[in-house]
Amino acid sequence: MTQLALVIDLNVCVGCHACVTSCKEWNTSSEPGPLLDENPYGKDPTGTFFNRVQTYEIGEFPNTETLHFPKSCLHCEDPPCVPVCPTGASYKREKDGIVLVDYDKCIGCKYCTWACPYGAREIDEKQKVMKKCTLCVDRLYDEALPEAERKPACVLACPTSARIYGDVHDPESEVSTAIREEGGYQLMPEWGTKPSNHYLPRRKTRMHIHEDELVRADNPLKQEDIRHETSKEVTLDDWF
Amino acid sequence: MHPAFSVIFLTTLIGAGQGLFLALFTSESYAAVGLLPKQSHTFYAVGAFLALLLLIAGLIASVFHLGRPERAWRAASQWRTSWLSREVIALPLVMGLVALYALIHLFEWNPMFLGYSFGDKVTLILGGVTSAAIFALFLCTGMIYAAIRFLKEWFSPLTIINFILLGGASGFVLATVYSSYYAPNLINFFGLWAIAITLIAWFSRSASLARNARIKSTSTIQTAIGVRHTQIQQKSMGMMGGSFNTREYFHGKTLFFLKSVKWIFIVLTFPVPILLLWTGMQIDQQPLLLTAFVLQYTGLLFERWLFFAQANHPQNIYYQTV
Ligand code: SF4
Ligand code: SF4
Repeated sequence: MTQLALVIDLNVCVGCHACVTSCKEWNTSSEPGPLLDENPYGKDPTGTFFNRVQTYEIGEFPNTETLHFPKSCLHCEDPPCVPVCPTGASYKREKDGIVLVDYDKCIGCKYCTWACPYGAREIDEKQKVMKKCTLCVDRLYDEALPEAERKPACVLACPTSARIYGDVHDPESEVSTAIREEGGYQLMPEWGTKPSNHYLPRRKTRMHIHEDELVRADNPLKQEDIRHETSKEVTLDDWF
Repeated sequence: MHPAFSVIFLTTLIGAGQGLFLALFTSESYAAVGLLPKQSHTFYAVGAFLALLLLIAGLIASVFHLGRPERAWRAASQWRTSWLSREVIALPLVMGLVALYALIHLFEWNPMFLGYSFGDKVTLILGGVTSAAIFALFLCTGMIYAAIRFLKEWFSPLTIINFILLGGASGFVLATVYSSYYAPNLINFFGLWAIAITLIAWFSRSASLARNARIKSTSTIQTAIGVRHTQIQQKSMGMMGGSFNTREYFHGKTLFFLKSVKWIFIVLTFPVPILLLWTGMQIDQQPLLLTAFVLQYTGLLFERWLFFAQANHPQNIYYQTV
């Protein structure tokens, strides 16, 4: 079984919102019609988005860290939003595990939003149907696109490659390797929803520089410093 | 959660309608075994039509909750997994049965089944079936809320019990008012039942209020974003003008407002109607009984508002600062 998903590396996300805008751009121009924008240039603009980037501050000043946190539907393996849907509009695809809404069947009762603990679904106030991240299902299999572009729009847009896309059920895939080796984790594991999307934690990046690397013991310039006596010791450069 | 008036009216109206039918049928079955004086067919027919009216009003209210009501028929398809779908089936079923019950009484029909005539028991049997359907409908309505495990305020059998008791209470109070017009010899029967059910509902709704007051959220900001640190503060929720997430899941009112609603509903739903019913029965005053129903129903609107407002969705953790 395939389970397509995203792995989001919080260590490299810089919070630039490129994934948010590219997601909106792709999905607002795709087949099901525009994603609503209300008051886009006025006070309190609002609208439907599939993806948002939030920001958190961890720790107490001055020992703080900033965490940028992209948030979208996690395409849960056991999605609680699906069985509650009275119309069958919400479903999880057998083929690749993507959780989708059939906009032609949805009655906009919002029951699924109550059942998603992550708040990943947003109603489109104009079309009056439920919308959520589709993992750009309309890109993934589109043969008209070059193969390298058959990926979610957010993944292509991310300037720091913080978003990795692939099959989390294939142990050899890039996403599985990242989850395994970089400590990938799921959000709110306590509810047993088994989100397919994983997050990679913040890591401390430390450089290990030995003193030797900063001050070269046998620096030839020092050896031949005319202000001092020339050393009798053999320098590295003598070998060449 | 943000309380939606469509759902508040839907649940309180059908609750009263269901309760009213149960009250009528209780009196009919008591009368069948000679514990109560028999009533005319019209009494049951008009009463059941009244219940049907309430159910229809609830159904109309529910339509306002849907974004695409023209597709509502699809909602019956997922009865295997969805309690909402089950309710969508149960509600018309109950309406149909109540209508049939009313018609049989009205025209004093005596339909034959497989060449067998039930005589005057036909409405008793049909009433029993209808009552079972009504309880099934209460179960569906309650389970819509009680089945969502993230909403801990609702995730309890008390949710279903309260729906049954509160619907039952308002229905029996309404039956008391109704009987004061058309069957004065039933006022005491309905009135005492109404008082008893209201008292039990008072107890069980207080139990759920006490339970809600002690609920601790399972999810924390730590599990929500997966960072193990005791000091985490949200600095931005990713948008400034609000979104569906900030509108649908928050009641947007102050704690004081919530507290006021709580006391208003407790006073209006329980002690006041009980007092009015009791005095109304003693001094035989119709207006008092009618006031009891109106005030209790108003109280139930406040009750249902608080029921929604009190439910704290785990997604709210992600929306703490603009
Ligand atoms: S994140 Fe929410 S909407 Fe997405 S699959 Fe999981 S429960 Fe459903
Ligand atoms: S809003 Fe649409 S997708 Fe969600 S539960 Fe209702 S019908 Fe299903």
